[in-house]
Amino acid sequence: MTMLPAPTTKKLGLVIDLDICVGCHACAVACKEWNDGGQFGPLPDESPYGKEPLGVWFNRVHSFEIEPAQKNASAMTVHFPRSCLHCETPDCVTVCPTGASYKRAEDGIVLVDEDKCIGCKLCSWACPYGAREYSEQRGVMQKCTLCVDRIYNESFDEIDRQPACVAACPTRARHFGDLGNENSAVSKLVAQRGGYDLMPEMGYKRPRRDGGSSTTSSSAAAEEKMDFSTASPLLRWIDKVLSR
Amino acid sequence: MHPALSVIFFTVISGCGYGLLFLLSLILLMQPALLPRSEIVTLLALGALASVAGLIASTFHLGQPQRAWRAFSQWRSSWLSREGVAATASFLPVGALLIAQWQQTDAMPVRISALALMLLAAITVYCTAQIYASLKTIRAWHNVYVAPGYLLLGLIGGASWLLAWHCAFDDGCPDIALGSRGLDWLVILLCIASALLKLAYWRYIDTQPLPASIESATGLGRYGAVRSVEAPHSEENYLTREMGFALARKHAARLRRIVLLLLAPLPIALLVIAMLMRSNAEVAALGAAFAVTLGLFVERWLFFAEAKHVVMLYYAPRGERA
Repeated sequence: MTMLPAPTTKKLGLVIDLDICVGCHACAVACKEWNDGGQFGPLPDESPYGKEPLGVWFNRVHSFEIEPAQKNASAMTVHFPRSCLHCETPDCVTVCPTGASYKRAEDGIVLVDEDKCIGCKLCSWACPYGAREYSEQRGVMQKCTLCVDRIYNESFDEIDRQPACVAACPTRARHFGDLGNENSAVSKLVAQRGGYDLMPEMGYKRPRRDGGSSTTSSSAAAEEKMDFSTASPLLRWIDKVLSR
Repeated sequence: MHPALSVIFFTVISGCGYGLLFLLSLILLMQPALLPRSEIVTLLALGALASVAGLIASTFHLGQPQRAWRAFSQWRSSWLSREGVAATASFLPVGALLIAQWQQTDAMPVRISALALMLLAAITVYCTAQIYASLKTIRAWHNVYVAPGYLLLGLIGGASWLLAWHCAFDDGCPDIALGSRGLDWLVILLCIASALLKLAYWRYIDTQPLPASIESATGLGRYGAVRSVEAPHSEENYLTREMGFALARKHAARLRRIVLLLLAPLPIALLVIAMLMRSNAEVAALGAAFAVTLGLFVERWLFFAEAKHVVMLYYAPRGERA
């Protein structure tokens, strides 16, 4: 059912402290490892050892440089792990024509039922955060499950019942918990560290990260770089004809 | 956005099919006995065939096409699902009209079926448009020009083919038969309206900023201007391939001129020739229909390829403002 459930009381999610993240990609690798070999199922790559490996990752760690607005302030580099926010009002769920995408009423986790997915890719278009990636091999959309096969897994010791990315983080920048409960450790952390939504103007609602003092900024638009060396012959021909 | 050829084919061809069925229904609703039966049957079959061909093509880009039937289930929330339901439902009045022609029934059942087909054809194309217009992540799609654009371009496609087939059907087209009833003028008007609407649309998308910025996407704007120094992986991924398509934006100005030429001046000139020629007018009318259809293909390709997705902000070397 792709209708959203009534607002859930339990809102499981991740909180990532960008002041602490060192950009080591351990979360991304642990995620890939768990979901490739774990109980959830394969997360295969196309030609993983070939020239152009391509495959689904639920975590991708970007690095950004910040040019400070104030004079004489030093520049910053911030590592930014990007993954599903399990939004409260996710468009990726409602656009799904088959009912494969759904948001769980019991804990707010957004999942894809890979047995129902037809691979139309519309949900990935609806997501502003790039949380959904399509698998060519499996012909279906894949996304972060918040390690739903770990967090409720009673065969695990309690301490291991958390997402693989959180368990793997060597600096403890990543935290997992119930953001619907004001008294949970993650909610307190969000309040303490000034957590904020990503792209709040898009209206998908989710507290997640932290910040500090505030200044506004501006930057110039750049020319789009284009590399046609890897494009298909048809596109290269179209480019040639239109470039005349 | 990466333009999937199957989706472009689907939206153009089934749009033309529903446009044709809409206009044919309008004629049947107003004057059930105007066109000869054989022509009505041919046009109904043609419209339905175009719609079916488009729907089948649309399954080609699916990862699991054998499960496509599941797409009928989520009409309560999904425009894609609604589109599938409306498209399939529209074959009921098509069938009813075919039976009515065969049984030579009274005008009333024909009128009722024609009205139902008009509504369902319009609803189907509207749902197609809403699939794109409902995506907040893509500024070029999430605006008021998209739904009228799909409806109008479906109509011009259908109208130009209806006119061409009608001329061809009347064997040499002694008086462009429908010419006296205004169909050729309708096509010319639709050509002008389509070109104007596309111009307004392009003007709009050129001036609109992306719905978010790299600063808000990372929440780091409070510290200063943000730019990417390192992407997560050295290779391309699904996101950069699907959402980061840039070929059309490089050639946008030229491709837009091609669209305008094929949608307005060329078909209008051909139709004026058809109106003046009177004999062999079907050649010019067919030429106009082909020009319009080709224009629709380029237009639809641009519609996808020009559209920027906000997720590319995370990959932009410099905070892109669009």
